[in-house]
Amino acid sequence: MGFWEGYVLPAAILIGWILVITVPLMIGMALMTWFERKVLAAMMLRKGPNVVGPFGLLQPFADGLKLLMKETVIPSGANRAVFLFAPILTFTLALVAWAVIPLGQSESGIWVLSNINVGVLYIFAISSLGVYGIIMAGWASNSRYAFLGSLRSAAQMVSYEVSIGFVIITVLLAAGSLNLSEIVLAQKGGFWNWHWIPLAPMFIIFFISALAETNRHPFDLPEAEAELVAGYFVEYSAFPFALFFLGEYINMIMMSGITVVLFMGGWLPPLDVAWLNWIPGPIWLALKVAMLLFVFVWVRATLPRYRYDQLMRLGWKVFLPISLAAVVVYAGIMLYAGWLPGWREAR
Amino acid sequence: MMLKAVRSFLLWEMVVGHWKTLTYLFRLKVTINYPYEKGPLSPRFRGEHALRRYSNGEERCIACKLCEAICPAQAITIEAEPRDDGSRRTTRYDIDMTKCIYCGFCQEACPVDAIVEGPNFEFATETREELMYNKEKLLANGDRWETEIAQALAADAPYR
Repeated sequence: MGFWEGYVLPAAILIGWILVITVPLMIGMALMTWFERKVLAAMMLRKGPNVVGPFGLLQPFADGLKLLMKETVIPSGANRAVFLFAPILTFTLALVAWAVIPLGQSESGIWVLSNINVGVLYIFAISSLGVYGIIMAGWASNSRYAFLGSLRSAAQMVSYEVSIGFVIITVLLAAGSLNLSEIVLAQKGGFWNWHWIPLAPMFIIFFISALAETNRHPFDLPEAEAELVAGYFVEYSAFPFALFFLGEYINMIMMSGITVVLFMGGWLPPLDVAWLNWIPGPIWLALKVAMLLFVFVWVRATLPRYRYDQLMRLGWKVFLPISLAAVVVYAGIMLYAGWLPGWREAR
Repeated sequence: MMLKAVRSFLLWEMVVGHWKTLTYLFRLKVTINYPYEKGPLSPRFRGEHALRRYSNGEERCIACKLCEAICPAQAITIEAEPRDDGSRRTTRYDIDMTKCIYCGFCQEACPVDAIVEGPNFEFATETREELMYNKEKLLANGDRWETEIAQALAADAPYR
């Protein structure tokens, strides 16, 4: 095998794959900011952006261009290296998680960048690492507001990851695999087979924890405008700010993607019939993610922000016991009824 | 007690709240699409200043300086001289629009309805200097907005 076939071709294929995933993701993120502003405006009886382009669709691109052309201000007391590295880290981690999310399926196999057997663990690890970007940003800014915001954010993300972990365990019990593609395939055969119905309480807890994990309303304490100005990214401007913004929204899309994979049958169509199966998987995945993203915005339009102690109470005194108990209850029921995947064969 | 626990466990209030916002999503929007649409203005609206003329083209202002005297922001500066035909007219009528507080006292004080605050509120400028209005600018405003100003004054006249 020569140099070209051995190294260059695989690398080119890999880069092609990465572009296929990230470019739609970037466009999706831009449309998400537009969608959020539109839906939020409609729920407040406003119109939202409607001047730039048809229905204001080009507004996010105009905003992005504006952010690129602005001056990058670095505070004099800031630690320059860490200050600039934090947004890059946040952005990269938000993108990297998409490596294992399966996008579809054909005769030749699953459409995924890397079909690893510990996909769930990988995603869990990556989303936990996201805290570092925030802590670094808060610390390097050398500002009280930013630091307070990053501390809150870190505490919040760590708290809710615990219950997310337990929720994921129940999903693993039901699916019998840590591989995301196999988790999706375990939900085959119509929407009543998706995990969201048998695991309905877990689904809701997971979604609420996902809101907290991505620092979204009503858990947007880290950036509570009224108290902390903008939280951990007060001191950021121009391109680093844009990176944070991108990272945050891609994180939202990513959490929705994981929710879809774990609970809503990933790329599978809602009914296992031919004409629905004919529509390619990525479209189903995108539709489901868009639906969840609508709920993200919907929640933002409806609920007021939690107080910090309420947030911690909800995380540690409500979600943790419930999800812990649910793991025991679900495991018990499945063991007793013999529903555990692979249980019969093992005996 | 029991009912309350069940309700909070089922997130009942969240469901109600989300239903409410969902209905609002489809309601008629109240936004006025400024600058393409504009809201109604009262005839008493106090906007950009204008100096009016009589229908024969003679300027109304007789340089009594009542407006200058009453102006609480001291934004108006007037200098006057007798004209060749012997009538008393202003040689200088300046309003510093950056000082003006749009109280409308000048309009109230004017015995000949010369200085008025018209319905125009879109006179933002890119430089500060452009907001130092002189007599030419004010008279030009009067010529441009005369129809609207006359209508507004007529509509408000019964209440004065």
